[in-house]
Amino acid sequence: MSRSEQFELPAVKLEDVNFSYGKIRALNDFSLEIAPRKLVGIIGPDGVGKSTMLSLITGARAIQEGKITVLGGDMRDKNHRERSCPKIAYMPQGLGKNLYFTLTVEENLQFFGKLFGHDAAERRRRIDHLTGSTGLFNFLDRPAGKLSGGMKQKLGLCCALIHDPELLVLDEPTTGVDPLARRQFWDLVDSVRTACPAMTVIVATAYMDEAQRFEWLIAMNDGKILDTGTPEELLHKTGTDNLDEAFIRLLPEELRAGHRKLTVPPLAEDAEEKIAIAAENLTKRFGKFTAVDHVSFQIRQGEIFGFLGSNGCGKTTTMRMLTGLMTPTEGRAQLFGKPIEAESMETRMHLGYMTQLFSLYNELTIRQNLTLYARLYRIPETEVPGRVEEMLERFQLIPYAGETPQALPLGIKQRLSLAAAVIHRPQILILDEPTSGVDPVARDLFWELIIELSRRDKVTIFITTHFMNEAERCDRISLMHAGKSLACDTPAQIIAGKQADSLEAAFISCLEEADPASRENIALTPVTGTAPDTLSVKSRQRKLFSGENRFFSIQRFLCCCWREYLELMRDPIRATLAIFGAMLLMLVMGFGISMDVEDLSFAVLDRDGSGLSRNYALNIAGSRYFIEKEPIKDYDELENRLRNGELSLAVEIPPEFGKDLQNGKVPDVAFWIDGAMPSRAETVNSYISSLHLQWLDERAREHGHGRIQNSTGSVQTRYRYNPDVLSLPAMVPAVIPLLLMMIPAVLAALAVVREKEMGSIINLYVTPLSRTEFMLGKQMPYVLFSMLSALMLITMAVTVFDVPVKGSFAVLLVSLIIYSMCSTGIGLLASSVTRSQIAVIFMTMLGTMLPAVQFCGMIDPVTAQEGAGRIVGTLYPTTYMLLISRGVFNKALNFNDLYWELLVLLITVPILLGCGIISLKKQEK
Amino acid sequence: MKQTLKNIFFLGVKELRGLGRDYMLIALIIYAFTLGIYVTGSSTSDTISKAAIAIVDEDKSQISQRIFDAFFPPMFLPAQEISLEDIDPAMDEGKYTFVLVIPSEFQKDLLAGRQPEIQLNVDATRMSQAFTGSGYIQQIISREIRNFKNNSSTPQPLVNTVIRKRYNANLTQSWFKSVMQLVNNITMLAIILTGAALIRERENGTLEHLLVMPVSPFEIMFSKIWSMLLVVLISSIISLTLVIMQLLHVPVNGSISLFAVGVVLHLFAVTSLGIFLACVAQNMPQLGMLMILVLLPMQMLSGGSTPLESMPEWVQNIMLAAPTTHFVEFCQAILFRGAGIKVVYKPFIMLFAIGTILFSLSLIRFRKSVAQ
Repeated sequence: MSRSEQFELPAVKLEDVNFSYGKIRALNDFSLEIAPRKLVGIIGPDGVGKSTMLSLITGARAIQEGKITVLGGDMRDKNHRERSCPKIAYMPQGLGKNLYFTLTVEENLQFFGKLFGHDAAERRRRIDHLTGSTGLFNFLDRPAGKLSGGMKQKLGLCCALIHDPELLVLDEPTTGVDPLARRQFWDLVDSVRTACPAMTVIVATAYMDEAQRFEWLIAMNDGKILDTGTPEELLHKTGTDNLDEAFIRLLPEELRAGHRKLTVPPLAEDAEEKIAIAAENLTKRFGKFTAVDHVSFQIRQGEIFGFLGSNGCGKTTTMRMLTGLMTPTEGRAQLFGKPIEAESMETRMHLGYMTQLFSLYNELTIRQNLTLYARLYRIPETEVPGRVEEMLERFQLIPYAGETPQALPLGIKQRLSLAAAVIHRPQILILDEPTSGVDPVARDLFWELIIELSRRDKVTIFITTHFMNEAERCDRISLMHAGKSLACDTPAQIIAGKQADSLEAAFISCLEEADPASRENIALTPVTGTAPDTLSVKSRQRKLFSGENRFFSIQRFLCCCWREYLELMRDPIRATLAIFGAMLLMLVMGFGISMDVEDLSFAVLDRDGSGLSRNYALNIAGSRYFIEKEPIKDYDELENRLRNGELSLAVEIPPEFGKDLQNGKVPDVAFWIDGAMPSRAETVNSYISSLHLQWLDERAREHGHGRIQNSTGSVQTRYRYNPDVLSLPAMVPAVIPLLLMMIPAVLAALAVVREKEMGSIINLYVTPLSRTEFMLGKQMPYVLFSMLSALMLITMAVTVFDVPVKGSFAVLLVSLIIYSMCSTGIGLLASSVTRSQIAVIFMTMLGTMLPAVQFCGMIDPVTAQEGAGRIVGTLYPTTYMLLISRGVFNKALNFNDLYWELLVLLITVPILLGCGIISLKKQEK
Repeated sequence: MKQTLKNIFFLGVKELRGLGRDYMLIALIIYAFTLGIYVTGSSTSDTISKAAIAIVDEDKSQISQRIFDAFFPPMFLPAQEISLEDIDPAMDEGKYTFVLVIPSEFQKDLLAGRQPEIQLNVDATRMSQAFTGSGYIQQIISREIRNFKNNSSTPQPLVNTVIRKRYNANLTQSWFKSVMQLVNNITMLAIILTGAALIRERENGTLEHLLVMPVSPFEIMFSKIWSMLLVVLISSIISLTLVIMQLLHVPVNGSISLFAVGVVLHLFAVTSLGIFLACVAQNMPQLGMLMILVLLPMQMLSGGSTPLESMPEWVQNIMLAAPTTHFVEFCQAILFRGAGIKVVYKPFIMLFAIGTILFSLSLIRFRKSVAQ
């Protein structure tokens, strides 16, 4: 299909698409066409299916019902998805969801560049250009997790743009981003569009002032389209002058019922002013970095105090100090005239707090969450259900009451957090961006409540927001930047002071004054040359779509390895724990696990008391195996001392033992062995049998007779491979495979599940990255890592434990490499079938520690096992690694003796990896 | 006080609800306490079971044939006859744990009253089998020789031995192994459930939120302990009574309720350990590493795998600080020896002390670890 032809077709076409999450229906017979080369906005309340639709379009989520055609192909078709994913870029909802937070800006960009097959020079050019024009250039070395929200989003956009997509999909890209950064973000999008006019951009947004920029709007509600058209058309149709209202007009009657224009009654001036919150020179430093720099304010009771500022300016830190979560480095804060103490329950009872990131329980339903919070806030049990229902109703959460927040849209989660913050009717509310990602109707409802609480109930409200129309509703606002408070006054005063026409303009000019550098960011260089000449496009496209690259590309694989390696290196504590932990464990277990049973305690119940009986007891006590304890007096004592585990063996010598012996009668000596630990009992049994024989022998010799008659022959035992019968030489080669099973498995297991929990797994869904590349790429760094660990362990075996490598070192090394691929493979398999980190840790531990210790011949040989244990022992790789390790260390074996074990290990690797890859999904369900 | 109890209760119920939604985790717990135990219990046979033995018979006499026939299942696999030069390759390959060499003229020397020697080669890398097995083989050989010579008149032995193995007369390994497996699973699960749950709450920000509410770290920690303790306690009692006692037919001599009390104390100690580890670790991967570091020695050196008294003194002293050591001690005492509280009060006190210390240490670190 030629390019010109494609322009005629819609870029995206949805026909009768249905999608539901369990019982909740997100999309309902949804049909839509989106023309190419347009900037299309999707607006609608929370939870109406915007995000679902976008993830379906990008192929991140599997289609349930209906047909979706994107860029001229069916998105159900796997081949088309693979072909088209390099042409689609997707930024999921949430701050930096597609980024790797421990990697730097540069590394994130390099990763995406490599993934899409750019060479080093091309990557450099693109990265310099993109960061240069977004103001990120100076932060190339900063880890993505340390960027402010706005910068994260810009970086996310840069990562999405690095491969010149034809379709750019942005899901609420500016939610939680301050006005300045938002403006910069949209300027960036505009310049990209100028540079690549062929690109179609689809944006979901909750900010109506942004929707004004879009060429075409789709208003959605309840999984259906309300209306479409240009912003002007929509304004015209609804007869309103701004989109906020236009949108509300478009909603069905019952939804906007009760919605009215908000007015804020002035704060009643009390004769005696009560100060609810006071901060005096509040300062917080983290090392050299000053997050909050001598901030002071006083907030009267019942006041709505707005806190505005760019992302990362210290707002959240200030709030954390006010709630007592953090202690200020300097200065002090008071609530109701009392200093804030971390342990004071009294102040906390009157405090409602809402964090910026969702911080309620994903594993509880919405109703259960609210009930829990109500109870923790000590609301009397009889009032709890009523209060919960009231909140559900007030925040329109009733349809979701039985759902867990996990799968719900951001806006609904925010409402739930709000409901939880006010459920106990606090006197002070501290709200950190409570309305980010919430739709206009719900936002107004929320403000209605805020105003009511403040004016009627005299609740003091401390709020941060990025919405200027919300800031204008505050009694006073404080503008913050880089830890300092720039201005603190009523909104009107601030506008007047800056001689601006709106609060946003005043805010931006204030910021620019404080930090002239920020102005440079806005001065965007036009993005020219992002579109490379046609020749390079063609060659690149050919490279991308040629057969070998589609299924397995060395470059993408190496790119995954590199990224995983970086993440491993960014957490030095984990790496150190893994390496030195292994050495420490080897030390403890090498010395600790001992098969030579010694120092067994025994006592004698001597009912004879003759010289002979004493001599008999002495014979046992004299051996190195036994230690004699106090003699036993009677049977009761014998019973008791065996029972409490004090004795492993009790010896009863009968009365008349000596006499009988001398008279040629045959007395009975009784041995009582504690059988609670069978292997120890076996050992005791065999020790005493031989000691007994030894005693008889000696007696016979002393008396000069029986030597000839008693000739019984003797058994001379030779312990091979370990002539001194020491535990160390047998144990050390066994500990190495055990450690190299568990540690790499747990390291690798968390790798995939963590991506699932953090959200960056989305990159597997929407980039050309194949599952094989992803899995192998994750595996290799850990294999290398465990080789390092293996070398240290072998060195330790040779030097510390004095257990030399007698056989072929090369065989040992090669087998350890293959074996680490098995152990990391087990970890990866566990992580691709589980979703939570807890489950994966448990599964890996169960799946490695138990079989490796129990069934693989570490203590009891595999041949001595029965039933399922025998099967596990036969299949599990540790069995073969143990044979190789003991063979090389103890038996001086080489390749010719061990090729079979090596082969088994080698076969195990692709089986494990294959299972892991099959269980990993390339699309979300 | 009343509110504290209430909070602990409500937060604990929350933990249980959360666990209830993680189906994979529930499946794993059920597996660990049923099938996992059953597999271990049913697959471990006795220490010496089906030991592979070969004999180099250079004598080809009546006595050598007797010795040959003396090895039979279940303890030994039927002995294989091999030649002298086969010994090295066969043992290198690990085909046999034991190889006996009966020299030529053995019977003749024996009857002539000389002291001929049989050589027993043992693969010492086979650990437990090697050590106990060689003792058995010596006994079997001397029995055979004695019987053989009895025919040609030998005096009776001077002293008889009567051996009574208490608490496990046949020394059935599976009794011990299944119970030790239960011990291991209890420990592992308790540490993972509390430790990982705490880290997850921290990573999700829910913990920080709780600390702004009228809830104290003590309540948060204790709620995790009681809820997870309950889950593991119920699973382990079910596992003990149904899987171990019913399916595996392990006779339990002692009081199950006393055992349950012990399990509660042990769980208090290990759940506190889990919380402590979570307060030390900064993220889940670090916690995973720390867990291995703690779990592996706790499992291998508790006395459940090899006898504690044979370990070096310093290892024994370190292991006194590990809850599993005391757990294994009272488990053996109660379940097998039928011991009462008078016997096991010491490990009980130790467990309580370890738990209290770890709990207090975590309490000190808790707030800091959240607000870092």
